[in-house]
Amino acid sequence: MEKNYWITHQPIEVNDVIQKVVRREAGAISTFIGAVREFTDGKRTLYLQYQAYESMAEKKLAQIGAEIEAQWECAHTAIAHRIGTLAISDIAVAIAVSTPHRTEAFQASRYAIDRIKEIVPIWKKEYWEDGSMWIGDQKERVSYLRGTPSEEEMKNG
Amino acid sequence: MVNVLLFAELQEAAGRDQLTFDVDGITVKQLKDQCLSTYHLENIDYAMVAINEEYAEEDALIYKGDTVALIPPVSGG
Repeated sequence: MEKNYWITHQPIEVNDVIQKVVRREAGAISTFIGAVREFTDGKRTLYLQYQAYESMAEKKLAQIGAEIEAQWECAHTAIAHRIGTLAISDIAVAIAVSTPHRTEAFQASRYAIDRIKEIVPIWKKEYWEDGSMWIGDQKERVSYLRGTPSEEEMKNG
Repeated sequence: MVNVLLFAELQEAAGRDQLTFDVDGITVKQLKDQCLSTYHLENIDYAMVAINEEYAEEDALIYKGDTVALIPPVSGG
């Protein structure tokens, strides 16, 4: 696979994501894996459904990679996000960042997952024992009141 | 024609994944108003809008042939 940023309907192979950023200059590779959680505030999730605006989502993942490379010199990033129906503990997203030293790799992978939750057009629908709902954002607050997220929403997202 | 892609809760509210409007040179705000009045998409105020896969402000202009997407608050990750 050529791309470093992709949306897939198939289970994510974490090693495929990591291999994208392996290189001789990198002494650190940080990975982040987002998985499907069974209990949220005591409420049991049976399974999830993710939907994406696939072409734009891949562009926005690439934008996050470009932001990382602008902020942390010599960082290389790869991100895969799965969509469709996911079971408990399935991997929804995998991020790998490689840098010469460890501090930057940790920081950049944290930045990547936070940004995904702000700007990448992917939506999660929770299915519970007693119903289902599209989740508006990760804190289940009312979200953007304006056309684009404000600086503050970007920080808090 | 302008195609408007719908996702998540807005897709379910409209009962379809795409709307088509015969417009040219209207603002994002005007398009949202049309979606609200024609299709009663009540939660549209919470949605961001993308024109040709880039986020756009309320006063951005939409032209014939553009692909518009209504983006409800995202929840990936």
